[in-house]
Amino acid sequence: MSKPTTNAGPFFPRDRNWHPPALSPNYKTSVLRSPQKALLSLGNTISETTGPVFGHNMLGELDHDLVQNYAKPGESAQGERIIVHGHVLDEEAKPVPNALVEVWQANAGGRYRHKKDDYLAPLDPNFGGCGRVITDENGYYAFRTVRPGPYPWPNGVNDWRPSHIHFSLFGSGFAQRLITQMYFEGDPHIPLCPIVRTINDPAAIEMLVAKLDMNHCVPMDARAYRFDIVLRGRRSTMFENRMEGN
Amino acid sequence: MTKLEYLKESPSQTAGPYVHIGCTPNFIGNTGIFKEDLGARMMNEQTKGQRITIKGRVFDGTGTPLKDAMLEIWQADSEGLFNSPSEMRGEADPNFTGWGRQPVNLDSGEFCFETVKPGAVPFPDGRPQAPHINFWIVARGINLGLNTRMYFPEEEEANAADPVLGRVEHRVRVSTLIAKQSGDTYTFDIYIQGDNETVFFDI
Repeated sequence: MSKPTTNAGPFFPRDRNWHPPALSPNYKTSVLRSPQKALLSLGNTISETTGPVFGHNMLGELDHDLVQNYAKPGESAQGERIIVHGHVLDEEAKPVPNALVEVWQANAGGRYRHKKDDYLAPLDPNFGGCGRVITDENGYYAFRTVRPGPYPWPNGVNDWRPSHIHFSLFGSGFAQRLITQMYFEGDPHIPLCPIVRTINDPAAIEMLVAKLDMNHCVPMDARAYRFDIVLRGRRSTMFENRMEGN
Repeated sequence: MTKLEYLKESPSQTAGPYVHIGCTPNFIGNTGIFKEDLGARMMNEQTKGQRITIKGRVFDGTGTPLKDAMLEIWQADSEGLFNSPSEMRGEADPNFTGWGRQPVNLDSGEFCFETVKPGAVPFPDGRPQAPHINFWIVARGINLGLNTRMYFPEEEEANAADPVLGRVEHRVRVSTLIAKQSGDTYTFDIYIQGDNETVFFDI
């Protein structure tokens, strides 16, 4: 494995008022799944600043292409073909290279390929809904998929999820781990969704809304959406506390 | 004039109930996309150290185990070195990844990791930390992944001197971070809320 080109110091503290609070009563499942005692704040130790690295060589050739990676030969997934691309950056706007980006989503009708999803929209025999990429040296990633459909879910009587793609991000340290969701510019369900609304700050929600990117559309083939992701930044190790004499 | 221009971290959203589709597709029978689920195997025959099994469940506020949670662990090898590019103290065991990912069983809610017992690693000031394993838990209803640590009950002396455990103000809660041992199997149950709420960390 290659040694890092950037520093490996402790991560910037997480702004927990920016993230959704654990207890968000309008998202009902959070009520019994939210810690009630204060978190114990801990400056990072080496157990938090280190993390595994995933090599580009572990990827299969269709891992980044959800249109094809579950399709029968000569066929492809149904729905609006889209490319989702962007940069993974840290809070200092520096690229995060070699970040593992895993994505999953419903098909074009809003149905997940999961044994626990019994929504009445049909499965697409050519769509698995699963993909992954690793960012390049500039923190850039891109994958191709179909736009997922909105779907109803049991929270309120008539709650619908906006079209969304789930993202799991693995940067350079275990404390940087993040799971989030990407939404689509202009979707009227975004401001209605109780899961979106677990986030209090409209500017934070805006970070999760991908923008239609006409410059990267492939003519007569697929539209493009741009979605940049920001992971925690890290301090320099130069001035970290050490025992005198070390 | 100097301006502080930082970006904000992308806000978290719940992993939802279908995290397996993207993170452990083979586990739910979505085969043929990825050869193997990432993090399913942490070691091989050549891995050095004491083999251990870690089992447990994640309980909600009613005491019901979550059936849709996914856990990841991160730990040092048996010598206390991390298999990470930012490990500067030496070369970790190349036959041990240090990172595991396991969904809980869809019916019983039980998770299971096969790993090795980690060695001690230093605190930033040079004091040793007792052997421990970092846990990260996501599920439907968890808006931001939960971080905790598992410690080993037989390491009484090291635990007593551990600088992180020493930070737990209410001493009765320290036991929530210490697994129960039966031979080479450790049970580490995680309580999201209630009287036995596990100590979670803001790291």
